[in-house]
Amino acid sequence: MIAETGHYALILALAVAIVQTVLPLWGTRRHDPQLIAVAVPAAQMQFLLIAISFSALMTAYVTSDFSLENVWANSHSAKPLIYKIAGVWGNHEGSMILWVLILALFGAAVATYGSNLPRELQANVLAVQGSIAAAFLLFIITTSNPFTRLDPAPLDGQGLNPVLQDPALAFHPPFLYTGYVGFSMAFSFAVAALIDGRIDAAWARWVRPWTLAAWMCLTLGIAMGSWWAYYELGWGGFWFWDPVENASFMPWLAGTALLHSALVMEKRDALKVWTILLAIITFSLSLMGTFLVRSGVLTSVHAFAVDPARGVFILAIMGIFIGGALTLFAIRAPLLAQGGLFAPISREGSLVLNNLLLTTACAAVFVGTLYPLALESLTGEKISVGAPFFNFTFVPLIVPLLIAVPFGPMLAWKRGDLVAAWQRLMAAAVLALVATVVVLAWHQRGPWLAPFGIGLGIWLIAGALSEIAFRVKLFDGSWADSLRRLGNLPRSAYGTALAHAGLGIVVIGIVTTTAWRSESILALKPKDSTEIAGYQLTFEGIVPREGPNYRERVGLFKVVRGGQEVTTLDPSKREFTVERSVTTEAGIHASWRGDLYVVLGDQLKDGAYSVRLYFNPLVRFIWLGAVVMFIGGGLSLSDRRLRVGAPKRARTLGQDLAAAK
Amino acid sequence: MTRKQRRAVLIGTCLGVLALAVGLVLMALRDSIVFFYTPTEVAEKHLDAGKRFRLGGLVEDGSLKRGEGTTISFVVTDKRATLPVTYTGVLPDLFREGQGVVAEGMLNADGVFHADSVLAKHDEKYMPPEVAEKLKEQGLWRGDAQAGTPQGAGKVN
Repeated sequence: MIAETGHYALILALAVAIVQTVLPLWGTRRHDPQLIAVAVPAAQMQFLLIAISFSALMTAYVTSDFSLENVWANSHSAKPLIYKIAGVWGNHEGSMILWVLILALFGAAVATYGSNLPRELQANVLAVQGSIAAAFLLFIITTSNPFTRLDPAPLDGQGLNPVLQDPALAFHPPFLYTGYVGFSMAFSFAVAALIDGRIDAAWARWVRPWTLAAWMCLTLGIAMGSWWAYYELGWGGFWFWDPVENASFMPWLAGTALLHSALVMEKRDALKVWTILLAIITFSLSLMGTFLVRSGVLTSVHAFAVDPARGVFILAIMGIFIGGALTLFAIRAPLLAQGGLFAPISREGSLVLNNLLLTTACAAVFVGTLYPLALESLTGEKISVGAPFFNFTFVPLIVPLLIAVPFGPMLAWKRGDLVAAWQRLMAAAVLALVATVVVLAWHQRGPWLAPFGIGLGIWLIAGALSEIAFRVKLFDGSWADSLRRLGNLPRSAYGTALAHAGLGIVVIGIVTTTAWRSESILALKPKDSTEIAGYQLTFEGIVPREGPNYRERVGLFKVVRGGQEVTTLDPSKREFTVERSVTTEAGIHASWRGDLYVVLGDQLKDGAYSVRLYFNPLVRFIWLGAVVMFIGGGLSLSDRRLRVGAPKRARTLGQDLAAAK
Repeated sequence: MTRKQRRAVLIGTCLGVLALAVGLVLMALRDSIVFFYTPTEVAEKHLDAGKRFRLGGLVEDGSLKRGEGTTISFVVTDKRATLPVTYTGVLPDLFREGQGVVAEGMLNADGVFHADSVLAKHDEKYMPPEVAEKLKEQGLWRGDAQAGTPQGAGKVN
């Protein structure tokens, strides 16, 4: 009964989405306020219906209702509760419901909190959102219905893929999807502006918070995925340039560019056409990510089900939305007035450079990801494009950008002074240079470029601090004066500085762990000892252990450093009883220096086990940096000036007096 | 600076970056892509030793041997031709005899494939599609290994 309610709500949501698309669009053409007024309640109703549908599916998972084929195929009664819940989006059908739920949530937010938007713009935005929802709801109902029943109901389910039974992965899809789908807001606003043929700085003020929120979630989602791959897959790496990773990385690159170009548009009314195009591109890349991951053209842990009909359907959705938006862009973009002249050396100029390099780097990733697919469909030849390609193309394009980052905030709008900016960044440059020299002198192995990478990371962090120091006039006036300014600085200034510093932290983490990781593979018998990166490890032997839905063989390793016992690591081979498959759980000891990472391999012939050891220096900086970027975004978002729909408050004498009392 | 000059600077920078990107991509595509072959294709193409490629096929039953330390050898087959493989390291959990495998590495002078990475994907029911497709092409496909709905259960919408 609950499942049928969910199914019914889903079909109703489709009907509402169609209404939400057609009537407001028609209304804005005819300037009919009654038709326009349909948009807001329709968007809210759509969210309500999809939420009912999603709750119904979740109820089926939590109560282990195996009469649903989807629950039977992806769950099991013995699974811990958190994975029963996460199991809802641990499969194709459920994850698509989550996708439209987030889409509807964004639509409902615009409907509910967008009362200060021009009526017609709001109606157009909601209509575009409604059309995206309609397309995906149709996709779910016709090809990926999670409410299909089985009769008679099986006694128990088949379980969830064990590598997906993991806390980080339980929250990875919701964040990633919020990022992907969040960019639909920028897309809808862009298309609405094109339909209107009108766009102004207020438009950018509206788009920026949505883009920022989406970007934050995508940043965290990607970081979680990378962290999961690091500790769960047992390869000790944090990023593999796997097509599925690239599918989420491309919208991130384009979204980062969009975030910065929307800034130019809001503050200076320039780069309008480009910002609109970038908004379309960013969401197109999100759609492409969904297509690549969901259609099964890529082989990965994400390819839950390979069904050609689904791939063709998503491809059609992509074609219609991307093609339609770009056609509309081609027709309407020339009508948008250009404004805001600026010199090449200026804040705007630096943001143009940011956009240029980010989109070019994104294009390089795009080529590397899609070239094998294109080549295979054209010639039948199978190739793989791996890390060497991306290291060779992406890195040279992104390094100039990283060097330029600290300059951006130091340049004035319209016309900047590069010499003055350089003087303000002198301290940061000296610090970066010292770091490079120290690391060069200290390092005995690893690529000679690595110390410069460390210098680059320090340059980014110190550059971000210099910006704050400059803005509070540190050393220019009294300490008290600077402190007062520090308090008055808008939160968005801290946000920018934090996000840029976070980037520096990520760079340091990536460079250090890539250049100076230690790795060894050996055969160890119980009581054997070995050494890696200053740690002495003793293999104590193998013990069996029971988990809630698995059995495991645990290898115990006593870790000693400098004569003191540090910890005992317990990497294991985990056998999931229901799914009848084995996973490798790494044993990881984290410290500020880096991670000691031990993987237990197979038993060899003479009672020895193959064991893989890594020491990954500063690897946690990568995820720490991503979190710092997330917090930076959050600070920016909480800035009053940027907050969604925050009206300018007119201060009156009366209020001041009241405050003084 | 006039409007024209500003535009020239902008377009010049864009073209410069684009040219750099295109150059990098073309060079990388020439040097760093890796082809995928089955043992039959390796035999037909007379590949040079030292050229990197991906080898896909099934692990031949009874061919897995553990040598000294952590070195492992096995034979990859596509039921038509075979190729011996050596690998030093920890095999993935899903590595089994008779199951699909993709190994990346290069041939040495004796015609043995030295793998530096071995992939058996994350699902035990999983056969790398590249392998499945090649096997289908060669008429060796043994049907869909995936279990369908449980016996006696019909689908009800």
